[in-house]
Amino acid sequence: MQSLILTTATRLLVALLLVFSIYALLRGHNLPGGGFIGGLIGATGFILYVIATSVSDARSALRVDPTNIAMLGVGIAALSGIMGAFAGDPFLTGQWLFLFAAEGEKGLPLSSVLVFDVGVYLAVFGGILTLVFAMEEEI
Amino acid sequence: MSWILVNPILIPLVTAVLAYLFRTSPAGRWISVAGTVVLLFASLILMGEVLEHGVIAGQMSNWQAPFGITLVADYLGGVMVVITAITAMATVIYTLAEIPERLERLGFHALLQVLVAAVCGAFLTGDLFNLYVWFEVMLISSFGLLVLGGSKEQLDGGIKYVTLNLVSTIMFLSGIGLLYGITGTLNMADLHLAVREVENAGLLTTIAVMFMVAFGVKAALFPLFFWLPASYHTPPVAVSAIFAGLLTKVGVYALIRSFTLIFDQDVTFTHTILLWLAVATMVTGVLGAAAMNDFRRILSFHIISQIGYMVLGLALFTPLGLVGAVFYLVHHIIVKANLFFVAGVAKRIGGSTDLSRLGGLYAHAPLLAFLFLIPAFSLAGFPPLSGFWAKYVVVKAALDLEMWFVAGASLAVGLLTIYSMTKIWGAAFWPKHPDGIKPRLGDLPAGERVALMAPIVGLAVLTCIIGLFPEPFVQFAETSAEQLLDPTAYVTTVLGVQP
Repeated sequence: MQSLILTTATRLLVALLLVFSIYALLRGHNLPGGGFIGGLIGATGFILYVIATSVSDARSALRVDPTNIAMLGVGIAALSGIMGAFAGDPFLTGQWLFLFAAEGEKGLPLSSVLVFDVGVYLAVFGGILTLVFAMEEEI
Repeated sequence: MSWILVNPILIPLVTAVLAYLFRTSPAGRWISVAGTVVLLFASLILMGEVLEHGVIAGQMSNWQAPFGITLVADYLGGVMVVITAITAMATVIYTLAEIPERLERLGFHALLQVLVAAVCGAFLTGDLFNLYVWFEVMLISSFGLLVLGGSKEQLDGGIKYVTLNLVSTIMFLSGIGLLYGITGTLNMADLHLAVREVENAGLLTTIAVMFMVAFGVKAALFPLFFWLPASYHTPPVAVSAIFAGLLTKVGVYALIRSFTLIFDQDVTFTHTILLWLAVATMVTGVLGAAAMNDFRRILSFHIISQIGYMVLGLALFTPLGLVGAVFYLVHHIIVKANLFFVAGVAKRIGGSTDLSRLGGLYAHAPLLAFLFLIPAFSLAGFPPLSGFWAKYVVVKAALDLEMWFVAGASLAVGLLTIYSMTKIWGAAFWPKHPDGIKPRLGDLPAGERVALMAPIVGLAVLTCIIGLFPEPFVQFAETSAEQLLDPTAYVTTVLGVQP
């Protein structure tokens, strides 16, 4: 089905959904959100694109094979867990780096927790798109 | 300490990622081989630590038990991880000669490694919900392996497999929810203490039976085994071999763990059910095998009958019974995977796994015939192979309790096992091949011959070693049974306090 309204709206919505998915990912540290929901929202963007155009268009827009994205995500999540080893902590222990920290100032906190979330984001994003692309192609 | 525990899960997972990213080049399969070798070393290091300390535990992400995820290895968990690593290595070497490049490009090795990670995770976790997660990962990856390649027959088997296993999963999850509702914890060591304070004992027994059904489906207990013979003969042989070796054993392991550590309140009720289920499983499995006429189908039914022996050991709930269960678990993984490997080679050189379309293996491939006899006799329980000791201990435990009928049934099942092994021998090895093919091992390319035969020889040697020198293995199983029956060390190591 080709709908002019849908195709036009999709061009705007896909970009919005992708930005919103990153927002949900970053917000997830202390508030509702995170890698899983972020990945789902991001995948929704491309699913919309599939509905409006076709799977082959969506594949070329994504550029990378979604299964590769998913496996990369698993790898990144595993790596974030391994980071704990360098500090002598157990697997998956959160590691923190405070940039520009001063007296009474925390500075800019960076953590391996975010890296883990990014891994989850990519794994969910890639996994969902693999499934949806495969099913749409079957139909 | 905690890293030693994580390694057996982490190594296959990282291997899976690397093998997937390199799936289109030959590097992918060699990464998979290297991963299993590293896994074997990691599991041996873990086993060494377990032997030294008895029980070891690690708190992931530094959240203390019972709030975080705990990984625990006691004697049973440790030995299961080692045996998983051995089976995984044998399987991956075997795949080098069996799996076509088409399946490799679809990510075969990644799925296999994820399966191995999930099995190791299930053996090491000390948390019920985490166990559920590993079960799910195992289900998804094994479903992927079953249907990869997508032939009609495979999809048929795969759908049955996944549907019945999903029922088990739902049952398991509901059981977890109810158990959490009445105890407020899911850490298994903490549950061991918490269930003692539950007032409503009847509800606890109900939950115990839910877990029994859930794990019973996974372990292919009577009457819940239908998915197994419906699916195991369809995928590539290497896949059936690792399924036959490991998947049902995870169910048995979960049964042993939960019915010694958590549900030991109403033993006369729960373990009596287990006892009769075990006997029925043994008998139906072996009768099913006798009715089959396909190499892999016969072996699939034998898995079910052998599961009966292991659960019988647990159901007797005596130290000797549990020794038998643990010993049987280890012995059976080695033997069963090996028999499937032999079936694969027979199919390769003889052209089929259907017994009426096979023949001449004894005349033209005597080495294969000899290598079939070792695991086949071990499965049937011939001395001095490993299966003899496993059966002997279980039957002795039944006789000690004066359960004559149960002991008699398990001996009769052993006899019927020999019957179907001779059936395979009489159809596939003795007579001439119906199509006049001369199935010779020498006709295979040299590289493939090594990759196919090395795992078979290795596992056969292992069976003989366990059979000829059973003393250290039995002692090991005894310590393991002690730990299972008196989980004080397990609980104190996990919770870090005296109960």
